[in-house]
Amino acid sequence: MAAHNTPVIDVKEMTKTFGSFVANDRLTFRVERGEIFGFLGANGAGKTTAVRILCGLSAPTSGQITVAGYDVWTQSEQIKRNIGYMSQRFSLYEDITVYENIRLFGGIYGLSRRQIRERAGELLGRLGLENQRDTLIASLPLGWRQKLAFSIAIIHRPGIVFLDEPTGGVDPITRRQFWDLIYETAQSLITVFVTTHYMDEAEYCDRLCVMDEGRIVAMDTPYRLKQQYGAQDMNEVFIKIARKEI
Amino acid sequence: MEFLEVIHVSRSFGPVNALLEISFTVHRGELFGLIGPDGAGKTTLFRIVASLLLPDEGKVLLKGHDVAKDYKQVRRIIGYMPGRFSLYHDLTVEENLSFYATVFGTSLKESAAYVHRVYSPLIPFRKRLAGKLSGGMKQKLALSCALIHRPEFLVLDEPTTGVDAVSRKEFWEMLEELRDMGITILISTPYMDEAGLCDRVALIDKGKLLQTGSPSEIVRTFPAKLYVIRGENLYSLLGRLRKSPEVKYAFMFGREIHLVFRREPDDPARWLGPLTGTVDGTFSIDPLEPGMEDCFVELMGKKEPVDGEENV
Ligand SMILES: Nc1ncnc2c1ncn2[C@@H]1O[C@H](COP(=O)(O)OP(=O)(O)OP(=O)(O)O)[C@@H](O)[C@H]1O
Ligand SMILES: [Mg+2]
Repeated sequence: MAAHNTPVIDVKEMTKTFGSFVANDRLTFRVERGEIFGFLGANGAGKTTAVRILCGLSAPTSGQITVAGYDVWTQSEQIKRNIGYMSQRFSLYEDITVYENIRLFGGIYGLSRRQIRERAGELLGRLGLENQRDTLIASLPLGWRQKLAFSIAIIHRPGIVFLDEPTGGVDPITRRQFWDLIYETAQSLITVFVTTHYMDEAEYCDRLCVMDEGRIVAMDTPYRLKQQYGAQDMNEVFIKIARKEI
Repeated sequence: MEFLEVIHVSRSFGPVNALLEISFTVHRGELFGLIGPDGAGKTTLFRIVASLLLPDEGKVLLKGHDVAKDYKQVRRIIGYMPGRFSLYHDLTVEENLSFYATVFGTSLKESAAYVHRVYSPLIPFRKRLAGKLSGGMKQKLALSCALIHRPEFLVLDEPTTGVDAVSRKEFWEMLEELRDMGITILISTPYMDEAGLCDRVALIDKGKLLQTGSPSEIVRTFPAKLYVIRGENLYSLLGRLRKSPEVKYAFMFGREIHLVFRREPDDPARWLGPLTGTVDGTFSIDPLEPGMEDCFVELMGKKEPVDGEENV
């Protein structure tokens, strides 16, 4: 997951306010192609707010931001077509089947019927879900649902995928399988932008950005962050940052 | 009389056996964890305990009351926080809390000390609509609502999902305080570090109870010899380890790989060398005392192939 020098996400002075409340305060960072970029921070730090802006789903208040080469101010439609997004809450329609979800999202992402058919077959095969094709999403265990949602989020082979707490509430084994999928994805040079509250998962990222009350307070590789904070693991780094012990 | 007795409880939904003959007891003042993979039946059991769902067979006694029959008494004893909670998104933070207080005939003021630990981070946002809180902030509000009537029994279904690492730590300190005040707590969690903080846990999978005991008892039953590999760039090594015939299974654990051998080599360090493809000293392999998460992987990891690899 080496850096390839062309940032796929380029953010300068991004600010988002809700009334007088500043949810994102002049964020500046870049993400390179094929990176696994982790976004950490306490509850309410502003992670989801930033992700939604980068996905073209909500307008920033100010800042210069390009994603996959498109400007969030003027080209949010192109952005939506060239990224994948798995939100913190909603991932799939629960009252329709696995295959119907694939068809629906494939359609939204502009795939042809034939592409949808082919990729659906591949996707179900890779996840070992061939026999669940006609199962309602509601009756799939959470972990399977999350793996499926991720695969659907990249069914149109976007350059970047945004995952907002994809493993929240997921058990230890399924979480690891999910990260195997993330790694495979990054190997094929799809950039992965992921938020998590699991500090072991933070260790799996190429680079981390830590937010606190709307601001970026640290950004580096897990290795260098641990060095910088004199910490054994990312959990310790996180706690030191949150308690403002520097 | 035991505080909580779950006696031969079974429940199915159509063809699916969500719970099969589950029995265990929780003592008064205990912090008891229910641990299992997604879809194991934890939420179904919690709903039965909270008198919101009837079992097909068996019963649950809370302080001697059959929860299915005496649900009125029972609901006063219990503070239940469902995994998918029901906050009113169009009410403010403070209004949500007063609403729950009113339902239970108490007030914010009376319960202030009780809920303070969880509620205090939300005070600056008390006039904000609940629908506009971040995911973890909603979780804290839901928990405050479950605590507002000062229940003597707390039933918490994955309360820390989506909660950040620092708040999680504080949350568990608070649970321990509540436990020390004599409150009994039944909790489920996908975090194995939290499972290790319970007085006792029950491990369930596919609706069946596998084991109950204190975390140290559970860890002692770990049936294999566990190794830890440390080094950089472990993910690429992991793939090679999983293909090695000596390896039964290997999993990432943060910046470590935990591994159990199928055939243990005489000298693990020498065995590892060629697999890493690097000079000596970049990687180390050592025996390791298992933790709760290792036990989970060992017990629950058997049935499902791990992404194309052979069964572990
Ligand atoms: N539409 C909105 N109106 C007002 N405030 C909002 C709105 N959306 C978000 N906020 C506030 O912005 C802040 C940041 O929220 P955000 O959801 O980005 O946090 P987060 O870092 O994703 O947290 P979590 O880890 O809990 O998911 C919070 O204080 C939240 O209440
Ligand atoms: Mg969020």
